Amino acid sequence: MTMLLTGIRIFVMAFALLAVAAAPYPANAQQPNQINPTAQSVKEDQLLNQFGTIRGRGSIPDTRSYTIEQPAGRDWRHFHEVTLRWIGAIAIVGILAVLVIFYLWRGMVRIESGRSGRKIVRFTAFERLVHWMTATCFIALGLSGLNVTFGKPLLLPLIGPGAFSAWSEFAKYVHYYLSFPFTLGVVLIFLMWIAGNIPNAADVDWLKRGGGMVGHDHPPAARFNAGQKAIYWIVVLGGGAVAVSGYLLMFPFYGTDVYAMQVAEVVHAIVAVLFVAAMLAHIYIGTIGMEGAFEAMGSGTVDVNWAREHHSLWVEEKMGPTGATEPPRQPIARPAE
Amino acid sequence: MARMKFLCDADRCIECNACVTACKNEHEVPWGMNRRRVVTINDGKPGERSVSMACMHCTDAPCQAVCPVNCFYTTADGVVLHSKDLCIGCGYCFYACPFGAPQYPRVGNFGSRGKMDKCTYCAGGPEADNSKEEYEKYGANRLAEGKLPLCAEMCSTKSLLAGDGEIIAQIYKERVMRRGYGSGAWGWKTAYRETVTS
Repeated sequence: MTMLLTGIRIFVMAFALLAVAAAPYPANAQQPNQINPTAQSVKEDQLLNQFGTIRGRGSIPDTRSYTIEQPAGRDWRHFHEVTLRWIGAIAIVGILAVLVIFYLWRGMVRIESGRSGRKIVRFTAFERLVHWMTATCFIALGLSGLNVTFGKPLLLPLIGPGAFSAWSEFAKYVHYYLSFPFTLGVVLIFLMWIAGNIPNAADVDWLKRGGGMVGHDHPPAARFNAGQKAIYWIVVLGGGAVAVSGYLLMFPFYGTDVYAMQVAEVVHAIVAVLFVAAMLAHIYIGTIGMEGAFEAMGSGTVDVNWAREHHSLWVEEKMGPTGATEPPRQPIARPAE
Repeated sequence: MARMKFLCDADRCIECNACVTACKNEHEVPWGMNRRRVVTINDGKPGERSVSMACMHCTDAPCQAVCPVNCFYTTADGVVLHSKDLCIGCGYCFYACPFGAPQYPRVGNFGSRGKMDKCTYCAGGPEADNSKEEYEKYGANRLAEGKLPLCAEMCSTKSLLAGDGEIIAQIYKERVMRRGYGSGAWGWKTAYRETVTS
């Protein structure tokens, strides 16, 4: 800019000198005027370097329109179209690959001592209701959210622009409205299970022994082992992060400017794809990954032998310490809790 | 084929808002939405400058790139247009746009923004040229009639130029040469990755 102005100035001065030398009559009225009336005015480059955006004052009520240039949109575009796709694809395809390989190698983790036939209550009806409400919403939110990032390259070519737009608009409303029961579920999960999810010394031992995932080890664990505590905190913190960033996006420009909206979208998207990846692992271990695990959230009761193997400290606490021998099958005695 | 661009000679803009009014009237842009607006930087202070800004019809447009349903398309003239039938009102184009061009009928709580509206370079939309449907959704299609955008045509000081990018850049360069100063083509570096003044 300044180079240009200097260049122009030199050119103009040289021209003026020539004109003076050539013309016998005094200064020509047609000569370029060297006075620049806007010399002191703000420059685009200077404003962008200084503030990153260019903002002024307009005469219409929409104050957002007073920002005339915000090149940061380009960075956000790169994140959304390139970076996020890589993060999401690596996280989700990666976790699925790991789970498939793990399943082929390890298979379903069996109840080693077989089923005892005796049941112990693991989750009350209310706990299960909250879990499944949150889980159902999560799956709907996850699919409708992934559609925003991966629908265009994967689904749009298959179903065509008209159908894809109709589906995406429906998915958008699903995403907005199911966020409310999901957020409620996250809050209830936080309150309901916080007591059993404070990390302690047993978790260190459990993690050191790999949670018994390798071999036939069964490190002692209370009601929730370190892996479940990790899932709990992922749900509480990840759920909290997607809820806060999501509501900022759902109520646009309430205390946020366009830059804050971009940041909210970045946080929301990264946390969400990692959340989906973590939940795929959670779904795996709760279904085909481990015998006897699903019924904890299904019927609410688990086999005592399952509980002994995976949550020995919890069983001791619930039933009192018992000998190594199999407890009698008949009658089904349930000690007072 | 021409590559259509806008160029605002900020040294000549007097903030008369004729471009804004022309646009609103020509396309019957609803109340509350503005496809073009004039913004004054350092208003009332030394160094004040006014710039008229609308969609710049970017090269490799960010709105087009981030749209999750691919509702944008770039015409052979380099004009960035979109289909309101496909738009789902997600608001992403507004986050990506460097010029704040996308407009929505409503504020947008619970995703209720409605279909996005923006400057069409007076070139309508995907519907048949100058059809009733096209006019209702996108406004007039002056380009199809061989006319340039009305905002630039109406500019009282000829600050706002519209037309083939090379021609308007040449006009601007000649102006700068003649008068001896120029603050550059605002937004060109961001929109087209080029400047006019070099």
